[in-house]
Amino acid sequence: MNLKSLMLLTTGASLAATGAMADGHMAGSMTLVSWGGAYQVSQQRAYSEPYAEMHDGLEIIWDESSAEAVARLRAMNEAGNITWDLVDVVAADAIRLCDEGLAMEIDHDEILAPGDDGSSPTDDFGDLIVSDCFIPQIVYSTTVGYRTDVDEWNGNTPSDICAIFDLENFPGQRSLERRPIGNLEWALICDGVAMEDVYDVLETEEGIDQAFAMLDTIQDQTVWWNAGADTPQLLADGEVVMGSTYNGRLFSLIEEQDQPVAMLWDAQVFDLDGWIIPEGLPEDRLARVLDFVRFATDTQRLADQSQYISYGPARASSAPLVGQHADLGIDMAPHMPTDPANAERTFLFNYEWWADYRDDLDARFQAWLAQ
Amino acid sequence: MSDATQDGPVLAADGTPLKRSLSRALRAQKLRALMLIAPLLLFILITFIAPIVDMLFRSVENQIVSETLPRTVVELEGWDAEGVPSEDVYAALAYDFMEAAERRNHTRLGSRLNYETTGISSLFRQSGRGVDDIGEDYADQFHDLNPAWEEPETWAALMGAPDWVEAQSADDVDGAGLLFRLSVAIQEVLPETSDAYRSFARTVQSEDDDNPVAEEPWNTVYLALYRDLSTGDVSGYDGLMADLLAEAAAAVPDFEGMTPREAFADINDDWLDTEVWATIEAFSDPYTAGYFLSAIDLQLTPDGVERQPPEQRVYLLLFNRTIFMSMAITLMCVLLGYPIAYLLSNLPARTSNLLLILVLLPFWTSLLVRTSAWKVLLQQQGVINDLLVWIGLVADDARLALINNQLGTIIAMTHILLPFMILPLFSVMKTIPPSYVRAAKSLGATNFTAFRRVYFPQSIPGIGAGCILVFILAIGYYITPELVGGRTGTFISNRIAYHISSSLNWGLAAALGTILLALVLVLYWVYDRIVGIDNVKLG
Repeated sequence: MNLKSLMLLTTGASLAATGAMADGHMAGSMTLVSWGGAYQVSQQRAYSEPYAEMHDGLEIIWDESSAEAVARLRAMNEAGNITWDLVDVVAADAIRLCDEGLAMEIDHDEILAPGDDGSSPTDDFGDLIVSDCFIPQIVYSTTVGYRTDVDEWNGNTPSDICAIFDLENFPGQRSLERRPIGNLEWALICDGVAMEDVYDVLETEEGIDQAFAMLDTIQDQTVWWNAGADTPQLLADGEVVMGSTYNGRLFSLIEEQDQPVAMLWDAQVFDLDGWIIPEGLPEDRLARVLDFVRFATDTQRLADQSQYISYGPARASSAPLVGQHADLGIDMAPHMPTDPANAERTFLFNYEWWADYRDDLDARFQAWLAQ
Repeated sequence: MSDATQDGPVLAADGTPLKRSLSRALRAQKLRALMLIAPLLLFILITFIAPIVDMLFRSVENQIVSETLPRTVVELEGWDAEGVPSEDVYAALAYDFMEAAERRNHTRLGSRLNYETTGISSLFRQSGRGVDDIGEDYADQFHDLNPAWEEPETWAALMGAPDWVEAQSADDVDGAGLLFRLSVAIQEVLPETSDAYRSFARTVQSEDDDNPVAEEPWNTVYLALYRDLSTGDVSGYDGLMADLLAEAAAAVPDFEGMTPREAFADINDDWLDTEVWATIEAFSDPYTAGYFLSAIDLQLTPDGVERQPPEQRVYLLLFNRTIFMSMAITLMCVLLGYPIAYLLSNLPARTSNLLLILVLLPFWTSLLVRTSAWKVLLQQQGVINDLLVWIGLVADDARLALINNQLGTIIAMTHILLPFMILPLFSVMKTIPPSYVRAAKSLGATNFTAFRRVYFPQSIPGIGAGCILVFILAIGYYITPELVGGRTGTFISNRIAYHISSSLNWGLAAALGTILLALVLVLYWVYDRIVGIDNVKLG
């Protein structure tokens, strides 16, 4: 537990101790689960703090367990004791939780607020509702950052994603995520496969071989990361000359920490993050959560979040409201993965496809790594 | 005392036989002792033994298939694994799948079977969306034939036991009411329909808390009715609504619609794929060896057990690596720990206490902090490489790769586990009287001989204890290999963690964990045979 959540907890507890009553039939406390770090702070500032101000005596507890949310929710479900009220997960996990019956199926039009422009939630979120249980919040992307001070590159700078595989022009160690998702797609794209054909090719044995053969070319020059914080650290230390990570991490490395690093938007892999409501909440807690979710995912709140972190709001109607960074005072729109200039060549995960092939390809990827 | 001289059992002072009196006294003592350790015993049972038993159970447990698709599994028993299964199998699947989809169990089964055959996950998800249309064409024809078939009451009256129907039709039924009971008469003439209707009625009651008397049955119930009427004979039935049934039986030969197989193929072609069916059949038993086979790079196929394709084999490699590296770490700990423990036990108490604190200090520091510190030290732009470059031992463009590989894991884990070697060694060495070595030397032994023949044999129990501790800790280590292991320095425990928290394949994780546990026990047994467990001393 970091200092922030400890403080929140104690403030919450003292508020509760003053005897303030929760409104009506809604529960007086709520446990939200997120990823910790700058991302959770942005959620606290944009969603939960304004909400707590409107509801006296409400205790909001943050739990930084999203990384193991799927396993924890399953364990809670088996034990019959759900202690979480709202969980922030990536889209792939939301699909899995929905498949397992651990997340509640919802009617988006019924429980979410309509957009400021009057559009219905299903239209406003559009394709981003990738599962019946998933309430999208942000669009983020996995993309590549590189150091701008590498002498061996003779003044060349990477201009597209295939620089990762170009050891001739861009020698040095790189870092990639230790999982097949994303890497296999990039490998194929850089081996000449058209973006729209990637998943068709990956479905064939030859296609998988082709992707791994491409990764083979850089295997001994690659550090494989597990946590999103690894690549920024490796870049800052000069351990690697380029590496993949989430665009928000690169934003804070470049803009907030002023490191000699630049980033590519080419072939950025879009992914989604959002809320799910655990299945089986008691009525009073469910009422509280629904009330909070309706507030926290309306047009204004989603736009507000982008003042604190460079992730794109999931609602189309929020895009015009994206303003400046709350502390740095720079325009946030050009740093959004969804910004038209950045989104010229993007790649959206095929979630259904990965839900099927993940187990197989992961086993193969790990075997490949281990040998 | 006079009792003792008599024949017969020896008696205690109060006249009871001494044996009984003694055992009573002992029983009380034993009970008291048991009560004293009861909290610990319970604690261990609940927090240690029970989870292990649960893990063992999970590694073979596979009820989900036969619980979610009970009818299909029974029907599949007659399938010869060649060609597409019969229409009966598909009909059974339609009934099972409809209920599973309503209860939202089908996707869970889909992800379970997807571990075995890629693609089943989305097949099940997709079929869950389409299954309520199966039988719709028959439902429409029944409706057209006689609007009475559209009425929920018709169905309830036809299918339900008379007293149940009476109770449920009252005005004051709240919610689901009484659990549905089938009419005995209808069960004989319409076996499939009554089964399908019961499945519908009970699901509606438990999932939606609705009264079946007010709900129109699923389309699959109409499919069942069509199948019953087109194969069976209802002329013998003279119960409620016999006329309605007779009318339908007369009309059914003219009905047209998709057979269950066509209906499933319409949702997704993969339902005609024998591989999908072979998977369902292979995993239809409530217990399976499938997880254990996967854990040693084998797989269950219709033709029996086969090895995984070479590019998928990873677990045996990881088991080997885990054992090999744990041994290397143990050996390193002995080599580094032995001189330190020797020094500690031979210095005056004041100095040795100070040094002991230095040994323990890292022991009290967070594991994560120590591992991260190694990252800073070992990385290519890190302290050690910088130092080596500065001295000139290593060229700037050929810095050593000390981390994110096996070497990194061995270095960091040796450091972390070293106290577990030093402490038992130290406590054993403390008890070796220095006079033995002096005596050996006075009898003409060189320093080395005195050490080898006199001191070292006496310190072996400490080495044994230290090795067991370090090895068993190392073999299950997770966090350090994860952070510094890179691609070649990770352990089997990292895969177990992945299956627990990411892939949710808890069965496989449990199987891997069970194998690891068995490995440790086997190694312990081997150790006992070679070194002897009596030769282990912790102090």
